[in-house]
Amino acid sequence: MGQAYTPGLKVTNRVTHRCRRILPIKGEVLAKVGDQVEAEQVVARTFMPGDIEPLNLSNLLSMPPGDIIECMLKKEGDRIELDEPLAQTKGIFGLFKNTYKSKYAGVIETISGVTGQVIIRGEPIPVEVKAYLQGTVIEVVPDEGVVIEADVTFVQGIFGIGGETHGTIKMAAVSHEQELTADMITADMKGCIVVGGGRVWHEAITKAINVGAAAVVAGGIDDQDLKEILGYDLGVAITGTEKIGLTIVITEGFGDIAMAERSFNLLRHRQGDFAAVNGATQIRAGVMRPEIVIPLSEEEKAHEAESEHYSGLLEIGRPVRIIRDPYFGLIGEVAALPHEPTPLDSGSKARVLEVKLKSGESVVIPRANVEMIEA
Amino acid sequence: MKKIDPDKVNVILATDCGSTTTKAILIQKVDGAYRQTHRGEAPSTVEEPFADVTIGVQNSVTEVQELADWRLLDDDGRIIQPATETEGCDLYISTSSAGGGLQMMVAGVIAEMTAASAKRAALGAGAIVMDVIASNDKRRPHEQIQRIRELRPDMILISGGTDGGDTKHVVAIAELIAPAKPQPRFGGAYRMPVIYAGNHDAAPTIENAFDESVDLSIVANLRPVLERENLNPARDAIHDVFLEHVMAHAPGYNRLMEWTDAPIMPTPGAVGNILQTIAEDQGIHAVGVDIGGATTDVFSVFDGTFNRTVSANLGMSYSISNVCAEATLPNILRWVHFDMDERELRNRVKNKMIRPTTIPQSREALIFEQAVAREALRLAYQQHKEFATTLKGVQQQRSVGDTFSQETGGQTIVNNMKLNLLVASGGVLSHAPRMNQTAMLLIDAFQPEGFTTLAKDSIFMMPHLGVTAQVHPKAAMEVFDRDCLIYLGTCVAAKGHGKEGKPCFSYRIEGDTLNESGEIMYGEIKLLPLGLGETAMVTVEPTKMYDMGAGLGKRVKREVKGGTVGLVLDGRGRELRLPEDRATCQRTIKRWIEALDLYPETGSAGA
Repeated sequence: MGQAYTPGLKVTNRVTHRCRRILPIKGEVLAKVGDQVEAEQVVARTFMPGDIEPLNLSNLLSMPPGDIIECMLKKEGDRIELDEPLAQTKGIFGLFKNTYKSKYAGVIETISGVTGQVIIRGEPIPVEVKAYLQGTVIEVVPDEGVVIEADVTFVQGIFGIGGETHGTIKMAAVSHEQELTADMITADMKGCIVVGGGRVWHEAITKAINVGAAAVVAGGIDDQDLKEILGYDLGVAITGTEKIGLTIVITEGFGDIAMAERSFNLLRHRQGDFAAVNGATQIRAGVMRPEIVIPLSEEEKAHEAESEHYSGLLEIGRPVRIIRDPYFGLIGEVAALPHEPTPLDSGSKARVLEVKLKSGESVVIPRANVEMIEA
Repeated sequence: MKKIDPDKVNVILATDCGSTTTKAILIQKVDGAYRQTHRGEAPSTVEEPFADVTIGVQNSVTEVQELADWRLLDDDGRIIQPATETEGCDLYISTSSAGGGLQMMVAGVIAEMTAASAKRAALGAGAIVMDVIASNDKRRPHEQIQRIRELRPDMILISGGTDGGDTKHVVAIAELIAPAKPQPRFGGAYRMPVIYAGNHDAAPTIENAFDESVDLSIVANLRPVLERENLNPARDAIHDVFLEHVMAHAPGYNRLMEWTDAPIMPTPGAVGNILQTIAEDQGIHAVGVDIGGATTDVFSVFDGTFNRTVSANLGMSYSISNVCAEATLPNILRWVHFDMDERELRNRVKNKMIRPTTIPQSREALIFEQAVAREALRLAYQQHKEFATTLKGVQQQRSVGDTFSQETGGQTIVNNMKLNLLVASGGVLSHAPRMNQTAMLLIDAFQPEGFTTLAKDSIFMMPHLGVTAQVHPKAAMEVFDRDCLIYLGTCVAAKGHGKEGKPCFSYRIEGDTLNESGEIMYGEIKLLPLGLGETAMVTVEPTKMYDMGAGLGKRVKREVKGGTVGLVLDGRGRELRLPEDRATCQRTIKRWIEALDLYPETGSAGA
């Protein structure tokens, strides 16, 4: 069971990345195979059926539901405009007629003689899917969308807030350990992906929102800060739809924790480049982590060698990060892999490994509590 | 379903395909009795890159065949049937909760009546209820429509009206759902299955309300008269739709359905099935709980009435942060007998949420995690009690007077004093390092009163046995009795409150291995040794402030079962009250921890 570990997050200087851009319902695809697309370019669009508004005419005109059909001035499928008469009562000897004028514009979908309810469907709602990734269309899914491919630098975070955005990478911190505070956020960061080192503070995020930054990337965040930013305590890690003014990507976790040196160096190396960022996180079956995707230029493609990829096997000498207290966040090397389950201080027995920390100290950790990282 | 001769069944293979793990068990006839002999597990393969559930099934079965030294798969990877002297099985069955299980939206006319009945039918069938739409749910029609459009359920159940009664309201509900055109989870060409189980007079109008974009099935009204529920036709229809539509769209399930000898059941539906069978067979009142990473399921059978609730966001990993938000950190920390840094704890909880597979390494981390579990279980049970009320009881006959009382809200049918058996399953309960911890978690969270047997599902076998019970009840019952449950012991607890240190009840125990008498003070809890398979006759005499099953101050004599933990005499009172002062609370909890020897020092690996 060499694989009894949590696979680490993907952090690589060059990888061929593909992303599917699919409409929620069928529609029109605007790009074709081989097209070079920009992040903001619309690649597919459709119209969702409009919102529906139910009107209980029986109540509104004070008459039995069965009589509604006779009183209708419009029939199913007709268009109705705002304030246009929709139904009229017969009145008494043709007098005292009561008219109902529509409060909604749209098309009459149904008229019910059972409930006296009329349903008006509003204007179709346009839905557009943008490319998000700057790259080449390599596949068209008929009536649904496209698959885009590009060679990119790819940094996956552990947790994020907010949806898709893009901008230029701008380093705010000088080291992977430096905390991101409000004084480090400047007006020239407008529209940028601001990169910090260690923990990002609430005030820094607020200032980043104020200067119009597109996203903030940092190693850690305090739970209390997150609560204040969101205005509520996050219960389950399903995010991406928040509208706080920017996107946040946390690469390591909660608390005072430095960004992995490798991630920080990769982002620093890409300073000034255009990147697509998505904070959407879903930690359930079908896990989804936030990401920073930086397309490579032709020149960079020629120079950048693809990262060495490990087979995913836990072995002696392999760099790992501890992802649970009491050693949360510490990095070291696998020093031993005892085969037999070992009793823990909690009283449980579990498969463990020995990790030699950077400080030189050796600690014994359950295998479930480490993740592999790339050197 | 294949016709099965129960007498000719010697080997049964059962699998449970979960979101992360596929578990297989082998049941064999040993000396004339059915026993669970081997088990195996493998990662589930529903998602990419495999996208075929049968691969995980084959892997888990391969593990079983290696352990059992009994060939179960042929060279093509198919299950060998029937069994011979050396290989194969006579019966293969399976449950599934992969891909998030069965997700439903239900609708009814009145939230507390037909809509609640519809919710009960859906939950009982093993579904997760995403939302309940009702005429009086305080949302305006356009808000209801917006909600229906946002949801992506696997199917919809509509109820409303009694047979022969007014049709207008249930038709109005259908008229809201039809144009909203809810999008199914599987998208594309999938036609949304809609089950109508309301007033039969409205059925033709309902049929007209929906167009060809939905697959409508009409079944008997689940509330034919106000005083009675008839949930089975709707539950059966849900199971049929689950198989025909939902499972058929899940990768590899078509093949799996060909292999099985009985329809695949949703996992929680199967668990409910076995608990119901046991309660009926033994004439007891039972509660079962399954606490997972994301959700907690509670099942109960009181007076033959089965109820199930799913607390969707109460769990120990994915949802741990939500437990802390709902229960609040001070409520969790009242179960911890030492000081902890709250800010650090909040960050730890969030880190567990984003890295859900980690395990507590230190004793301190374990104590905190079990404190969270107590609150998650307490909240889930509270939700269950609020849902399982007399108003919604299956097949309950009521007088006209009772009918009127429905509008004011009913009483819960969950009665801790009547409760005979409390069964635990789920990681934090079944994998607790010490069984004493499991027992104490159950007692603290559920607060059983009087005499209650505590047990845990040894290897989460209840889903397998639930589906087995449908085709071979004898085998299911025998395995349940002998191999499924691990008895922890019995909790004997007094209901009521008195003064700290004053007498609560006196006891006399007569048994082969345990003979003791004494007195329990209010606030005290005591553990006595009574091992697995042992029984004893216990007589308790509460003081006049307390009830132990026969009324205030009345003596009770019962036979109790021993177990891996023993006999727990609990004089802490019910409802359990913890001191509000933090220091006093810590001292109290420490005393209880020591009484049950919950967290002995180990001096092992880790901090």
